[in-house]
Amino acid sequence: MNRITATLTALKESGRKALVTYFVNGDPRPGISLPAMHALVESGADIIEVGVPFSDPMAEGPTIQRGHERALEHNVSLTNTLELVSAFRETNTTTPIVLMGYANPVERMGYDAFAINAKNAGVDGLLTVDLPPEEAPRLTDKLKEQGLESIFLLAPTSTDERMDKIVSLASGFLYYVSLNGVTGAGNIDTDAVNARVDLIRSKTDTPVLVGFGIKDAESAKKVGANADGVIVGSVLVKAMGETDNQSDDEICAVLKEKVSAIRAGLDSL
Amino acid sequence: MNSKIDFDAMPTPDGHFGQFGGRFVSETLMHALDELKEIYNRVKDDPDFQAEFDEDLAHYVGRPSPLYHAKRWSDEIGGAQIYLKREDLNHTGAHKVNNTIGQALLAKYTGKKRVIAETGAGQHGVASATVAARLGLECVVYMGAEDVKRQALNVYRMKLLGAKVVAVESGSKTLKDAMNEAMRDWVTNVDTTFYIIGTVAGPHPYPQLVRDFQSVIGREARAQCIEQTGRLPDALVACVGGGSNAIGLFHPFLADEGVEMYGVEAGGDGIETGRHAAPLNKGIPGILHGNRTYLMEDENGQIIETHSISAGLDYPGVGPEHSWLKDVGRVDYVAINDDEAMEAFRELTLVEGIMPALETAHAVAYAKKLAKTMPKDKTIIINLSGRGDKDILTVAAIDGITV
Repeated sequence: MNRITATLTALKESGRKALVTYFVNGDPRPGISLPAMHALVESGADIIEVGVPFSDPMAEGPTIQRGHERALEHNVSLTNTLELVSAFRETNTTTPIVLMGYANPVERMGYDAFAINAKNAGVDGLLTVDLPPEEAPRLTDKLKEQGLESIFLLAPTSTDERMDKIVSLASGFLYYVSLNGVTGAGNIDTDAVNARVDLIRSKTDTPVLVGFGIKDAESAKKVGANADGVIVGSVLVKAMGETDNQSDDEICAVLKEKVSAIRAGLDSL
Repeated sequence: MNSKIDFDAMPTPDGHFGQFGGRFVSETLMHALDELKEIYNRVKDDPDFQAEFDEDLAHYVGRPSPLYHAKRWSDEIGGAQIYLKREDLNHTGAHKVNNTIGQALLAKYTGKKRVIAETGAGQHGVASATVAARLGLECVVYMGAEDVKRQALNVYRMKLLGAKVVAVESGSKTLKDAMNEAMRDWVTNVDTTFYIIGTVAGPHPYPQLVRDFQSVIGREARAQCIEQTGRLPDALVACVGGGSNAIGLFHPFLADEGVEMYGVEAGGDGIETGRHAAPLNKGIPGILHGNRTYLMEDENGQIIETHSISAGLDYPGVGPEHSWLKDVGRVDYVAINDDEAMEAFRELTLVEGIMPALETAHAVAYAKKLAKTMPKDKTIIINLSGRGDKDILTVAAIDGITV
């Protein structure tokens, strides 16, 4: 069984909610990413989502845009990101890793090559923000051949028909975008999110996780009460960006503090 | 060239031109694109919609624009006869308004009261602000901070027209970044906002509908050329940034096998220097801004910064239909450097009393080279896509003059 499904199944059986944490590889400097991944796991992250830096991150708000820019100042690439995952797997063979990014770096590496390289590196799934189900099958077929999961976004604007299409292609988990907007935006309408999560659940057994706008333990609890888990990104990227001149240990300590608080919130449910 | 290609069959219903085009956007926008596609398919063959569009083009834009025989300049060059399709004489001074009139009509059908646009040189921003003013719509225009500086006159025009101009500080601070920011606005305000894309790029159906609205240029030019010369032209020349003026001129001629077509990209400091904006000359296929097309990118798939004297051509991608027309061999894509474009700007101004936009000057420069290789009884049409008033400060700065 793929690590994502194994992890989410185990969480569900023990009545716990999944915590997915996002950071951008190479942000704010390349050396920090590997210790940061271990710190995230130690402080309670169940799945690590690694952002692949891209020059034109169209779906990101200002916070994560800066993260991509900081990483690109060090020319951090998709190849470097696969190397990071390989290094992580030397000591951690259980925590699932999802790469999140944009289509063009994957396109440039080639779909076949990417799927094989990602599998070899120890990646478990891919979320490509700008590959909707209409354009995705050429890539998702290759991922499937390698046993990798294809994570898809569902949005408040997704119609019933679109949901059906996405649910049929998606595997691992479904990423419900809590609001119309970019990452790190505004406040979530919890009732609306809960209703949408219920609707998605009526269509599939694939776990439904919610992201965009989860900032702290409180917002994580509100959403986690119904969804299978939450995805936290901007608040961590912001913390890492603000600690540029500090040591690896200091940056990891800041991450641990943020993640532990959210973990505790979810575990209190 | 394969003469059996059915150019009118593109794009496919899902928005592809061969391997190019498509819809590469986040899920949040997909429903809005479905909706736009549905509305456009409904109205595009509706005589009432067409009549309203034609009426606006006639009485608000001032169409048809003239096809002008540049006799003196043709004589000086000593080759083919050059005709100028005078899109610079349109209301607001460029071809951009043909498209914004059309999209504003579509916005009316969606009932959305807020429009947004991206702009490079500012011509599309001005054209968007203009139609928004006329229809009483709120208008926000995203413009790279670098372009805000070099196109100050157009920025002020937009403000006078009631639009809010947002200077985009991210990335290379040019058209590409303005488009990123417009997409971010759209994803946030998709329920209330109509995005008026200014070129034949972006996700389907934009490349198709912008082409259709701009094709009035080629339809008129075709009829005018036959009327004035008794036959079709031998060659068409247009500048290509995103490529809307070029596709507008080319499309109605695509099935005319004897008509050669040249799309002129921005060579910047020279293609060989790497400092240019010529993805069709030097790029490779990739995905940006909602479509697969030729792009300027590095070996890791990162989009690289472009260089051109003209803000409107300073873009790392190009409309997907151009990528397809390149690959099927129907259109030749060439490049003209900054200094050649400047020289053409001055020459056309002095010889014909027509001051082209710096974007357009790239087409003017290439047409001169081409005309020299052709006999005097041949005909070239240049799409004179915009007027150069907006560029006066840039030209003055090069001359060391403060206006």
